[in-house]
Amino acid sequence: MAVLSLDIALQLPAFRLRVEHVFAPAGLTAIFGPSGSGKSTLLRVIAGLEPGATGRVVFGSDTWQDHRGFVPPHRRGIGYVFQDARLFPHLSVAGNLAYAEKRARRAGRQPDRAQVVAALGLGGLMGRRTAGLSGGETQRVAMARALLSDPRLLLMDEPLAALDEASKAEILPCIERIRDEVGIPIVYVSHAVAEVARLADNVVMLRAGAITRSGAAAEILSDPDLAAALGVRAMGSVLSASVVAQHPDGLTELVSEGQTLFLPTIGAAVGAPLRVRIAAQDVILSRDRPQGLSALNILEGTLIELHMGRGPGVIAKLLVGREALLARITHRSAEALGLKVGMRCYAVAKSVSVAQADVGMLRAP
Amino acid sequence: MPIETGPLLLTLKLASVTTVILLLVGTPLAWWLAHTPRRAKSVVEAATALPLVLPPTVLGFYLLIFFSPDSPLGAAWLRVTGTALTFSFQGLVVASVIYSLPFTVQPLQATFEAIGRAPLEAAAVIGASPLDRFLTVASPMALRGYLTATVLSFAHTIGEFGVVLMVGGNIPGQTRVVSIAVFENVETLDYAQAHALSAVLLVFSFAVLLAVYSINRFFPVRLR
Repeated sequence: MAVLSLDIALQLPAFRLRVEHVFAPAGLTAIFGPSGSGKSTLLRVIAGLEPGATGRVVFGSDTWQDHRGFVPPHRRGIGYVFQDARLFPHLSVAGNLAYAEKRARRAGRQPDRAQVVAALGLGGLMGRRTAGLSGGETQRVAMARALLSDPRLLLMDEPLAALDEASKAEILPCIERIRDEVGIPIVYVSHAVAEVARLADNVVMLRAGAITRSGAAAEILSDPDLAAALGVRAMGSVLSASVVAQHPDGLTELVSEGQTLFLPTIGAAVGAPLRVRIAAQDVILSRDRPQGLSALNILEGTLIELHMGRGPGVIAKLLVGREALLARITHRSAEALGLKVGMRCYAVAKSVSVAQADVGMLRAP
Repeated sequence: MPIETGPLLLTLKLASVTTVILLLVGTPLAWWLAHTPRRAKSVVEAATALPLVLPPTVLGFYLLIFFSPDSPLGAAWLRVTGTALTFSFQGLVVASVIYSLPFTVQPLQATFEAIGRAPLEAAAVIGASPLDRFLTVASPMALRGYLTATVLSFAHTIGEFGVVLMVGGNIPGQTRVVSIAVFENVETLDYAQAHALSAVLLVFSFAVLLAVYSINRFFPVRLR
């Protein structure tokens, strides 16, 4: 597995992009940050689309850029999915895919066209002109085109940002399939927490051109210190779980850290590993095991951190087994409950509040 | 009355040769103008647009000076080709290329700018080399621009008069194009011949333009 490592600088109008980072050799790494933090520009530097950038870009044994030389984008063997797709308007869908196939790094070794077309559901679109495609269809064609060029590294620049919710729901499983089945590292730029939580193995947080944090996704997304950066509403935790049973009443039973969770039916087989995201604002805390409550999901844990903000809210971090769970409650409630670090607590999450879109498949290690 | 076909054929030949050369010269120039960040761009743009502003006599006068076998350019041309640039078909072609340059460069530059970098970057990250990108992405997307540039350059060269008069004169088979022939026919009060040549040119020009604008409606890629 080839490792991407960067040590680059580029002067932008508002700030200087200055990034030094060694990316994970596999899986999906999200570059996450607010709009205008330099995320997309960083991706363009990796691709070689910003000739003004200085420093080093190394991928595996290939030096793409250093003080001695610069490998142009067409010789880097990358795939790039643009936010605005950029399909060629003078070619049909099939023509766009053929364009990439003809220029694939090694003929024959790229993912088979039939496989990619099937995986991304493009069968009915092949003869269509690109102008008539919907937003979701356009992005799926763009992803297929990127894959068919047989990339060693896939770069994705907010491929969902321009899409409506229905199209996002259509594309997310495609990205998960690519992540789990193609087996090349992916660098994915996004400013949406839900996307990052669902897709990312690792997260690099960028602010005003500099990395503020980086690490495993579950760890970063459940770090209360990042509440300000992530946005309070976006705070949440990601738990690993596996499917125990599919119940006929429309619920799927999961187990996470030895505790039972119920979710609206998830299309996954019994035993399948899952990633479940629970937003901090959807969690209620109780000191005693709640009785006579309509909520189905009650997790027992230990309170390990309390973060008092300047506003009326408090972020409480619970350790549930080995996983962290965040709850956002009011100052007043925290005082009324007499919450203290080290205390046993029960976290209540309404089953309906665990959204389908926030559930992603965890690949087998 | 037999119609004088010599000037008609010569005009078509001049316009065709000039247009082909202009497309070959104008494409890289327009490409450079559309993509360069350099300040020299404005200077080159202004120089390219000069033939739009200068009276043909002024342009023709300077060309006459530069083409003269006494000037370095004229002398070098005479040494290499054995013919003088002044009062020759070759000189007329060179003059026409300069005179019609903006009619090739400006539509192409506008088209390349409208296409922008985005599709070229998309092709680059797929693995297309710069030449590959130009041939397989920029050119097909720019077809309408090429059609406009071709028609305008061709038409403008057909309509040329002042510059031809200055550097070409009126030599049958060499420089006697339709516009010159009509002028001379009128001067010598041969209105019948002037009528015939003018009518042919009028009908031909309208037919070409009509064909082009009809085709233009069906082009697949529309920019802007």
